[in-house]
Amino acid sequence: MSAKAEVYLDYSASTPVDPRVLEAMMPYFSQVYGNPSSSHRFGRQAEQAIEAARASAAAVLNCRPSEIVFTSGGSESDNLAIRGAGWWARHQGQPARLITSPVEHSAVLNTVRQMGRLMNFETSIVPVDRHGVVDIAAFRAVCEQGGALASIIYASNELGTVQDLPALAAIAGEQGILFHTDAVQAGGQLCLDVKRLGVDMLSLSAHKFYGPKGVGLLYVRDGIRLMSTQSGGGHEGGRRAGTHNTAFIVGLAKALELAHEEHEQRTTRLRALRGRLIQGLLRRVPDVKLSGHPQRRLPSHASFILPGIDANLLLMHLDMNGIAASSGSACKTGNPQPSEVLLAVGCAPDEAKCGLRLSVGAQTSEADIDYAIDVLAGAVGKLGQLDGEWMR
Amino acid sequence: MSRAKTRVVVAMSGGLDSSVAAALLVEAGCDVVGMMMRLWSDPAMGGAAHNQCCTPRQMDDARRVADKLGIPFYALDTQEVFRRRVVQYFIEQHRQGLTPNPCLECNRHIRFDWLLNNALALDADYLATGHYARIDRDLDGRFRLRAGRDASKDQSYALSVLGQRQLRHALFPVGEYAKSEVRRLALKFGLNLESKKESQDLCFLGKEDYRRFLNVHAPDVMKPGPIMRQNGELLGEHGGLSNYTIGQRKGLGISYREPLYVLALDHVRNALVVGPAAALGRDTLLAERVNWISGSAPEAAFRAQVKIRYKSRPQPAFVEPRPGRQFQVKFDAPQRGITPGQAAVIYQGDVCLGGGSIVRSEEFLAAPQ
Repeated sequence: MSAKAEVYLDYSASTPVDPRVLEAMMPYFSQVYGNPSSSHRFGRQAEQAIEAARASAAAVLNCRPSEIVFTSGGSESDNLAIRGAGWWARHQGQPARLITSPVEHSAVLNTVRQMGRLMNFETSIVPVDRHGVVDIAAFRAVCEQGGALASIIYASNELGTVQDLPALAAIAGEQGILFHTDAVQAGGQLCLDVKRLGVDMLSLSAHKFYGPKGVGLLYVRDGIRLMSTQSGGGHEGGRRAGTHNTAFIVGLAKALELAHEEHEQRTTRLRALRGRLIQGLLRRVPDVKLSGHPQRRLPSHASFILPGIDANLLLMHLDMNGIAASSGSACKTGNPQPSEVLLAVGCAPDEAKCGLRLSVGAQTSEADIDYAIDVLAGAVGKLGQLDGEWMR
Repeated sequence: MSRAKTRVVVAMSGGLDSSVAAALLVEAGCDVVGMMMRLWSDPAMGGAAHNQCCTPRQMDDARRVADKLGIPFYALDTQEVFRRRVVQYFIEQHRQGLTPNPCLECNRHIRFDWLLNNALALDADYLATGHYARIDRDLDGRFRLRAGRDASKDQSYALSVLGQRQLRHALFPVGEYAKSEVRRLALKFGLNLESKKESQDLCFLGKEDYRRFLNVHAPDVMKPGPIMRQNGELLGEHGGLSNYTIGQRKGLGISYREPLYVLALDHVRNALVVGPAAALGRDTLLAERVNWISGSAPEAAFRAQVKIRYKSRPQPAFVEPRPGRQFQVKFDAPQRGITPGQAAVIYQGDVCLGGGSIVRSEEFLAAPQ
């Protein structure tokens, strides 16, 4: 075992920028630097790059370029969709209820909660089963009561579970409720064809698929009105004010295009690595449980519950052995709270502090997986022993 | 597995001493890992939502120092073990009318057991802390605990609970320095902590919360009761025995023809017994739950110096080991403020031999012949 090993198994947190993406971005820092809103040639050059990026992203999403709004990332896209639609509905005197699930990213859940608590929006949190799959019947029942927007995550960042978006979107649509999905984890791994998914809005973030951090997009189906959450100039059709970050938008489009082109080979490879990881861990580590859906999950994503193991201590052991992983209850201040997502899928509060997420990606090798399994098995053994001494 | 470098886990607090300890170890070429324990604080004490040892500010400082030193830093959730081993002990002791010193329990159960075990599980060779104390070995190879070089900062009292296993794996890098030198080292290492104040209160309770906390957790020792002289003369009412310590003069709220001091907390009668300074002196004490740092009790009585509080000076005495992990101390001169619950810690020169919890003191027993 090499003490110098560096094994990154946290691709769900972020990915390295693909060199091809970086190359595409480079001219837009110092060569093509005009403000895309300017009418002179410098501006026009930049605007051309932005519009080419918009067209390229639209092609992947199977939508019109005008339906793409560039943002600063997933959280902003989620905020724009939820606040934008909620505020507009209220402004129009329409039902302003917000519907979501308990397995959302905090960008969605905390936005909905804040609107409920501080702005008197009605909110409904639809229950999920033990795998984190939204209960379709419950979702239908909630939608039948009306609302402005339903926001359901495409694939859970913590559990990897993939939702049946076409079914959910259709149910919302029947009731005239807008359907938004946070597809941040799905980006680069799952089908992003908005027609097939049937969604009205969809959030993406470039750094989850080998693009740069700090840029994302929101697909907004033509005809949907949003109150802008960032007011100012008339950028992005008045939906998102602020000078375009040309280089990053170009990077986003390039990364999305590459992910789309290489989709088949990438996901096949990820599935094999992820399968090796899950099989190996279930075999080697006693009492470990897979969390999330056993089949319907992100190709790159493996998540576990290790009963009795303090996830923070485990992450420390992994880090000291060069392995990067994460946990839904990870906490840099030593005060871990039970993961809300694990509580929602029925874990006891103690177990909900014992989650572990390992996610594979472009630079993961089989040797990395085997090394990680070895280290994990050893660390879990040591920590189990320590805990046993203390918690008698 | 053999590693080129010695791995040392440093218990960091964000304070000057542990930060300099970490820096010294990095400078010495060790493979240093910073750890900070998130300790328990009572969620019911609104004012002190954070344990003083690990406020977000302290944690930020520790993390910043670790970044500066280029070492990994981890915050460990120690809340439950700390609550069970230190806070419960503190409450139990108060319930029994004793005045506990939780820092010793923390060193015994948390730092040098829970944290040490976590460090060893991470393949560390040593656990280092920012204590002012020193470790060396005697001629037989046994580890000895010695006072810090800076006598005014010496913290060996609080470490008297350690044994051979702990000392084998312990490092106290600042123990060789004076506090002023440690400040200079912090400057040299660019740690930006030189102006930090020393922590004072109990870590899990602010001063103003002490009373409220005991009201909730040990209400029986917070009940008002009589203040009386040894002869039973009633002088007033106290607001709960745990508000007082032996030897205390101020804040009794009674006026009398001569200065009066707290002589005893009479748990049975819930009475605060007071008397003149002359009545404070005791020349004998009995201690239990004794730890001998060498690993075994001396066979016969011996001359030593004994310290009865963290901040008091060691006083010459005869120490007589007793069966059942006890020892008796006969001081050459009567001592004021021998307090049941506090530790009696034995020294020969700057070598700390061990210590125990004071059970009781006796008044003017026959002086040793």
